[in-house]
Amino acid sequence: MALENTVIQDKLTETFGENVFHFNQEKDIFSFEITADKITAVILFLKNDPILRFNFLTDLCAIHYPDNEVDRQITMVYHMHNWYDNKRVKIKAFINGDKPEIKTICNIFKSANWMERETYDFYGVDFIGHPQLKRILNMDEMVSFPMRKEFPLEDGGRTDKDDRFFGRTIDNC
Amino acid sequence: MSELLLPPEHRYAKIMKEKLNDDGSELSILNLGPTHPATHGIFQNILLMDGERILEAEPTIGYIHRAFEKIAENRPFYQITPLTDRMNYCSSPINNMGWWMTLEKLLDIEVPKRAQYLRVIVMELARISDHLICNSILGVDTGAFTGFLYVFQFREKVYEIYEEICGARLTTNMGRIGGFERDWSPEAFRKLDLFLEEFPVAWKEFENLFVRNRIFMDRTINVGAITAEEAISYGFTGPNLRAAGVDYDVRVAQPYSSYEDFDFIVPVGKSGDTYDRFCVRNAEVWESLSIIRQALAKMPAGNEYHAEVPDYYLPPKEDVYTSMESLIYHFKIVMGEVPVPVAEIYHPVEGGNGELGFYLVTDGSRTPYRLHFRRPCFIYYQAYPDMIKGALLSDAIVILSSLNVIAGELDA
Repeated sequence: MALENTVIQDKLTETFGENVFHFNQEKDIFSFEITADKITAVILFLKNDPILRFNFLTDLCAIHYPDNEVDRQITMVYHMHNWYDNKRVKIKAFINGDKPEIKTICNIFKSANWMERETYDFYGVDFIGHPQLKRILNMDEMVSFPMRKEFPLEDGGRTDKDDRFFGRTIDNC
Repeated sequence: MSELLLPPEHRYAKIMKEKLNDDGSELSILNLGPTHPATHGIFQNILLMDGERILEAEPTIGYIHRAFEKIAENRPFYQITPLTDRMNYCSSPINNMGWWMTLEKLLDIEVPKRAQYLRVIVMELARISDHLICNSILGVDTGAFTGFLYVFQFREKVYEIYEEICGARLTTNMGRIGGFERDWSPEAFRKLDLFLEEFPVAWKEFENLFVRNRIFMDRTINVGAITAEEAISYGFTGPNLRAAGVDYDVRVAQPYSSYEDFDFIVPVGKSGDTYDRFCVRNAEVWESLSIIRQALAKMPAGNEYHAEVPDYYLPPKEDVYTSMESLIYHFKIVMGEVPVPVAEIYHPVEGGNGELGFYLVTDGSRTPYRLHFRRPCFIYYQAYPDMIKGALLSDAIVILSSLNVIAGELDA
């Protein structure tokens, strides 16, 4: 029996109330948002609940939205997978862009250890309680967090790749 | 001596100073890698050793980090395939096809059956060449060079097929949105038929050389075993997970590119040790061969090799020179000026080493807003220090090659 979206939604709302919201089906993945301080509780609940059984942490990464208000500038994205019913969910938690902090989940899934280190390395997200939060792919001496949008890949003075030349803005596509 | 390797404040230096064995012998530190012929890639591990036993290991990665995710945020969609090539370069076509399928899911493009079957064939060829290298290198690390040299010529045959399909060999940059850039030549099919005829014979001989080989079994059984629970917690997918007895395979769980049309089994091991990993990969090669044969047999007639999506698929070059409309499409596609919806997509494919996922966030512009690669190697390599704890140094080498960690995918 497949695990229905409504079952997941009902169970989560029942347990976490208003901390879980914005449920929607995006293409083939059911996704929702949570308040950031509930992250460990939600992940643990999804993993251990006898009906939900999201036993596998597929992916963990961050997205930077510099144009958002400061409390919602970094999004943490968690993909979880229930192998018994073959169901995936995507969990999003928005955190502060100036001082990004979220609790670690690497005591729940060991695989989160390096994924969180990678996210720290590129976005500077401080994972509270992480056993070894240091850079992983970049060199230790680096001071910036290079995947944040304020670090351009190319010379900012370059104009030949400007979208305006193609008459395109975010609104007209 | 160890001061040369480690700063005195390093944890291992302290342990060495404090801990002396009863017989007065000292612990030692060994720097394995980053460039050593036995590591098959750029991996560094600082090992704390008691004699020949490994007590602890500290891996350092990132030596060939090339910032693919950052580069991808600055490139039009069709220019991102060459980046995916360079992740798991032992099976580039799987990465390429995974990327195109992500885009097709984003744009709701239905790929014709024939193109899907062609994709299945090339992906299974890639899986064969990936597993072939892993298993034969494992042979080399246990002292059997012959098998490696023998089957390695068949990787060359696979590359010749790639060459017929797309012109490139290692970093293939194969396919387009909606299918392939050109139809497969008769020569490609001829080479494929020849491969299907010759390779199973060689692979059978290779299998016979190893599977019941006493020396090989002694070197690999119960070496680097990992339980299913541990493997799942560490995020294992692919052959390494299946060796631990879990039958999770993306091709079955979430069939893409018509994998549901083919009949194949998902081989699983039991103990998750090096020998089981070898056997699972070995069996997967046989399954891949069977899938290729089925795909060839079921191949729909005709010569359709791409979907009719003029917005995204480059028109034929002769039309670009003669017709206005084609010229416009050509220009728009090359300049990355294609309509892209605002969406978030996660698409997984079964790569050579496990679930290769593409998490794509678009904002409607010509480049991805964010593209994250779920790289199986990166996620499961963190289990390596645990797996070699208490093992011999020579076992550490064998475990590393049986995990098939590809540096390009590890570091992206």
